[in-house]
Amino acid sequence: MASAVTQDAFVEFDRVQKSYDGETLVVKDLNLSMARGEFLTMLGPSGSGKTTCLMMLAGFETATHGEIRLEGREINNIPPHKRDIGMVFQNYALFPHMTVSENLSFPLEVRKMGKSEREEKVKRALDMVQMGEFGDRRPAQLSGGQQQRIALSRALVFDPTLVLMDEPLGALDKQLREHMQYEIKHLHENLGITVVYVTHDQSEALTMSDRVAVFNDGKIQQLAPPDQLYERPDNSFVAQFIGENNKLTGKVLNRAGDAVLVELPDGKTCEALAVNCGEPGSETLISIRPERVDVTEAAGPNTAQAKVLELIYLGDHIRCRMNVHGNDAFIVKVPNSAGHKHLIVGEDTMVTWATEDARALNPL
Amino acid sequence: MSDTSTDTGLRTVDGQPLKKALSAAQAKARRRAFLLVLPLLAFVIVTFIVPIGQMLHRSVYNADFTIHKDFGTREITPIMTNLSAWFDANLAGTDPDEAAFAALAADLVVLRELRAPGQVGTRINYEVSGTRSLFTKSARRAERLEPPYKEALLDIDEDWADPALWQAMRGASSPYTANFYLAAVDLARDADGSITQVNDNRKVYVKLFWRTLLLAALITVLCFILAFPVAHLLATLPLRYSNLLMIFVLLPFWTSLLVRTTSWIVLLQSQGVVNDILVTLGIVGDDGRMQMIYNQTGTIIAMTHILLPFMVLPLYSVMRPIDPSYVRAARSLGASSWTAFFRIYLPQTAPGIGAGALLVFILAVGYYITPALVGGSSGQLISNLIAFHMQGSLNWSLAAALASLLLAGVLILYWLYDRLVGIDNLKLG
Repeated sequence: MASAVTQDAFVEFDRVQKSYDGETLVVKDLNLSMARGEFLTMLGPSGSGKTTCLMMLAGFETATHGEIRLEGREINNIPPHKRDIGMVFQNYALFPHMTVSENLSFPLEVRKMGKSEREEKVKRALDMVQMGEFGDRRPAQLSGGQQQRIALSRALVFDPTLVLMDEPLGALDKQLREHMQYEIKHLHENLGITVVYVTHDQSEALTMSDRVAVFNDGKIQQLAPPDQLYERPDNSFVAQFIGENNKLTGKVLNRAGDAVLVELPDGKTCEALAVNCGEPGSETLISIRPERVDVTEAAGPNTAQAKVLELIYLGDHIRCRMNVHGNDAFIVKVPNSAGHKHLIVGEDTMVTWATEDARALNPL
Repeated sequence: MSDTSTDTGLRTVDGQPLKKALSAAQAKARRRAFLLVLPLLAFVIVTFIVPIGQMLHRSVYNADFTIHKDFGTREITPIMTNLSAWFDANLAGTDPDEAAFAALAADLVVLRELRAPGQVGTRINYEVSGTRSLFTKSARRAERLEPPYKEALLDIDEDWADPALWQAMRGASSPYTANFYLAAVDLARDADGSITQVNDNRKVYVKLFWRTLLLAALITVLCFILAFPVAHLLATLPLRYSNLLMIFVLLPFWTSLLVRTTSWIVLLQSQGVVNDILVTLGIVGDDGRMQMIYNQTGTIIAMTHILLPFMVLPLYSVMRPIDPSYVRAARSLGASSWTAFFRIYLPQTAPGIGAGALLVFILAVGYYITPALVGGSSGQLISNLIAFHMQGSLNWSLAAALASLLLAGVLILYWLYDRLVGIDNLKLG
């Protein structure tokens, strides 16, 4: 779960709670600490509390309980304009009545910076996002991607200690979004800034982040680097939310160390890795990634009968829907490698997976 | 670009010029569109363009001295023909000689027959006061006049020797005249035809124009100050509260103008609600009741109230779509809430401010009922004087000239606004 609050953390949420109506908590007991230079993503479905957390950090929402600290200093009562936090908004929020240069110059003007220094910084910030020639344009004359770059450079031009991004790529088309993901990642690496990034797009989170905090129901479900999050989800929600996932529900029969034996609805059993399941007799949900299942006759602890229901050709792999242990929605990704097994719809075959790839989690 | 494309002559596949083919293809749709707007076009012409044109025409045209129209038979007779001929033959500034008086006497006989001396007298009376009776009196005795006519007429009344009178008759002998415009800006022609200021005690119009403009400007500013917070509240409240508040803003539109204005009388008169409360609270003494109505204060208060929605609505329509993230972005970039308001929020509401101010100002400049009811004498506006000339003095030409000047003033303001702000920036709702 949330990593321990440390003394020298750069950004810290300490037992933060937030309620809008005094009846329900939008954020429940949030503990989070971030190191300087880290790229942390808050990922979660809408209404999970991630944007509220970002707004509390920016100063637009007040925490109902708990402390938020920046560089060891409590910032709960510091107004947003004194926090020195750059922010990129979902709709960019470029001031429509100002040119691009004036937009970038604005944070420097309110800091009473001299004219020549301002111009110098604006030019550097525009060059940084390859927009040097667009200084005299109005935001409305720019494409979505260009506006995105300007919003980014405006949030960086005054050298903030921390940059917040609230779904900044949500309005772009897929190709541009992927391109901007790399650009933001490179800016982060080159400038050494600390970034808190909010998104509901898991591939965005996995691509860019050092660590991802998966939010649901006002709580951090798991905080981990992308690979851990995908390969070793702590609970059913994370397993479901990140990537594709085959679910087998069952009952724990017995437990030996890390391994459990689970009885499935069709009466067969399956061995799984005990991650987050209860004692023998309790319900559990086994999560298996589709690419970790092999279509092979080789016997193992987890070999099961499978009936091919549907085949979809996707170029690099073939997506195969099967009936395994009575579950009609069991997906297997068969890599399109030389000599892979050619399946036919309606065919009966065998599938197998390793015990450590079957993770026994909490039931949903 | 379009020039070069005509030169190269793009053609359709069967060789027709492309432009011709395009207009042929669109002709039917254009014809139908024209037929659809035709009733509206006719309505606008009949109810708007024709009356305004007539008003403009009347402000420079008055034929009361040259044409008589019988109300019964609708027969049109030229009058004062002899005198007009004498004016044509003699230059302005020539002293009226015997021939001139003879022509006048002959014309007076015709006037008597047509029963028209009052009409002519009224026309000259616009410019030289006290002359209406001169015409009626002299026409009554015109048939019995004997040469020399100069002496005979002067015998009836010495005023016939007044050079200003002759100057006025010369001016009126041509139906087209700019004299009503001169009168509308407190100018007149003296005896030798040059333009001079009228006496100080007769200067009313310029002062009234200035008062109208200043009061309209003041009312516009007051409306803006009051409407801005209301519009902002409307734009930021959750929809169910803002709908309720919107009803309160629109409520004045659903009540009669007269009811609204008279309720201000009830509130503000010296024995009214406001004064009673002040006296009861001991803020003013019973003998120190404030005069808040039947003067400029009354006009300002009542008109600000009545015109307020015209400022609130354009402001609201501009504020509603302004995303709160703009101000948030400004705050996160380091601007205090004041800076964020003045540099980010306020400039984005400029189209609404411009539209509201223009609307309120133009309405206020031409406002009539409210100043007439609560304005007293110091709160009268130019439109009240226009109404007076329409209904009281029946000097329609002067009323038309005043109204035309008002129209020109509004058009100039509109043009200035377009030059300074740009009319396409206007947002009315």
